[in-house]
Amino acid sequence: MTTARTRARRFVPLIAGLGATALLLSACSGDSGGGDATAPTDFTYLSFAENTSIQDTLTSLSTGSCSAEEEALPLDITTQPQASYDQQLQLLAGQDALPVLFASGNSPQVAKDLNDGGKLVDVEAALEELGQTDAIIPAARSTVEALYGGDVFVLPTEFNVEGIWYNKALFAENGIEEPTTWDELTAAAATLSAAGVTPFSADGQDGWPLTRLVGNYLFRTIGPDALQKVIDGDASLTDPEYVEAAAAVAELGEAGYFGPSVGSIDYMTAVNQFLTGEAGMFYMGSWILANFNDPEQNKIGAENIGFMPFPEVEGGEGSRDQLAANVGVPLALSEASYGEDVSAWLDCFAENFGSTSLGEQGVITGFAVNEPVEDLPPLTQAVQERIDQTTQSVLWFEALFNAKAAATSQTNASQLVTGAISPEEFMEMVQADLN
Amino acid sequence: MNRVLGDPRAILVLLGPALLVYTLVMLVPIFWSLGYTVFEGNPITGFEFVGLDNFVALANDPKIADALVFTLKYAVVLTIAQVGFGYLLALIYVFWLRKASSLVRTLAFFPVVLPTVAVALLFQELFKIAPVNGLVNDLLNLAGIPSVDWFASPDTAFLVLILMDLWRSMGFYAVLLYAGLVDIPDDLFESARLDGASGWRLVRHIVIPLSLPVLLSSIIFSVNGTLKVFDSVLALTGGGPGNTTTPLTLYMYQTSFTYGEYGYGSSIALLLTIICLLVTIFIFRSSRRDLTKG
Repeated sequence: MTTARTRARRFVPLIAGLGATALLLSACSGDSGGGDATAPTDFTYLSFAENTSIQDTLTSLSTGSCSAEEEALPLDITTQPQASYDQQLQLLAGQDALPVLFASGNSPQVAKDLNDGGKLVDVEAALEELGQTDAIIPAARSTVEALYGGDVFVLPTEFNVEGIWYNKALFAENGIEEPTTWDELTAAAATLSAAGVTPFSADGQDGWPLTRLVGNYLFRTIGPDALQKVIDGDASLTDPEYVEAAAAVAELGEAGYFGPSVGSIDYMTAVNQFLTGEAGMFYMGSWILANFNDPEQNKIGAENIGFMPFPEVEGGEGSRDQLAANVGVPLALSEASYGEDVSAWLDCFAENFGSTSLGEQGVITGFAVNEPVEDLPPLTQAVQERIDQTTQSVLWFEALFNAKAAATSQTNASQLVTGAISPEEFMEMVQADLN
Repeated sequence: MNRVLGDPRAILVLLGPALLVYTLVMLVPIFWSLGYTVFEGNPITGFEFVGLDNFVALANDPKIADALVFTLKYAVVLTIAQVGFGYLLALIYVFWLRKASSLVRTLAFFPVVLPTVAVALLFQELFKIAPVNGLVNDLLNLAGIPSVDWFASPDTAFLVLILMDLWRSMGFYAVLLYAGLVDIPDDLFESARLDGASGWRLVRHIVIPLSLPVLLSSIIFSVNGTLKVFDSVLALTGGGPGNTTTPLTLYMYQTSFTYGEYGYGSSIALLLTIICLLVTIFIFRSSRRDLTKG
């Protein structure tokens, strides 16, 4: 008896150790379960924590138009901060544990890589199978195709056009007409600057609103394929006609048109500068309409805001009609979990997402608005009309770049406009990361 | 007890679980990362064997040189500053404040317990220029000096970074060195004073030699900690403006997780490990020599 007990006691730590190890191992492998093509039990959606409009629209669909699909496959939303999102996606993809529906990452390259690995649903084919070929509007389709090399494997849950928003009252006070050429734009900036108004409000901390100007300038001088040529190796950012674009934007900075400390201005500060009338112009995408339509934030009044496409550059190949456009962060569907229940969700999604998002969130999507939305704010209405008229769109400076070149471009943008680095150096750095 | 500890099986049972956990969370990833240095790719695109390409790239990447120079500059400047100021504080505790030093010690130590991100946000506010001036620029304006955009140029951004980390860490080094100083027997001071030593000579001939071991450990701590700086840079400047305040660690993180180049990221990690190892060996050797002398 005693010996048995001592023997048992001797094994206790061993058993405890083994138990702890087993727990540890099972904890490690716990999440990687849903890998194979087994049918999912939930309609899992992984979202950027910062983006609430898609989550809200989906929740609204699940209790409204898509309640039958919700019954079969309940919606389950998890979020991840944007800054660590790509990392999370890499981890999940590596474990074959991608959620059913997910935001496709911080750069188009992430979705391209996933698609090359056969992990994404071919949205085009799936929609065709469902008889929903017209669900995605033509302008959004052309933007998606330009971004992802001709294929449609993402859902454009946002569609934005970009351009320069301006303060109509400030323009009228200073006798400025809507500029249609780059020279007119710089003249307008000079007039505003002389009148003590900051001509451009810009988020230099994030950098992209500044490189957007470089990109647009290139599309106007060289044409809509300016950056495709760089990616294809037919041109280099260090060519004189490319450096000219960086130099043109650097000159705006040199003249002080972005205000005294552009590198320290963050997104919301830039928005506020424009909406309190401190700045005359603001380059931004149409997602900003949510802020413009909020009287709490907008002190100059929505009726006082005008929208102009990026101006033409004299002698350039591009035209003002080619609006810069993007699809925000589109969503992708995991191939591994795509089955009958998910395709029913996709069907309902394609049918209703456009009108629900526009009606409830005021967000313009790349989906057709199948039910007319009443009482749209006039500014939103005007942008929606401009989108409908747009036949050809252009992308943005970093759209086709790899993550490294995109980061280099955006982190050095404020240095370009403050004169800390020359336009040549800026373009050389970005080109070096593209090679 | 001896019988139990003499039993190899008991040792195995007692050490096994800890060793297993250590192996799983430390050794396996280290060797895994070492393996990645001859591959390129990430879990999405898959991995491809590239041989020594990553090391060739490492030698030719101008950003590596920039990051290395910044890392070393930061480590040297901050080590001198934080051990220097920490030593000064410790001397003040021991010789000037004496028994009354506990309040000052607590206050100087306080920033050590604050989370880095909170401190970085605090310093961003203090030194900001837009949309309104922070405290520092307000004070400059009061003195008739125009506002400075601290985070727009590499030198001023570096200065703010050093100031922040100095404020954050000198209390820790002060306590560490204080512990070394109070260990020096009082009678040594007394006899030195009787011999006519005072002020600087007392410090030079009694205090420094007798606190050398703890001073050297502080320097080792500091150099290794500052070579691996990551959180304070990420939270304060994000490596900017451009990449002028990007240390190797941040570049390694960006390469692996933002650019999806796990192989090249691992090569940078290996470089960093080797540097840390060399510096530690160098300091250990010199410290051993000094100790035998003293």
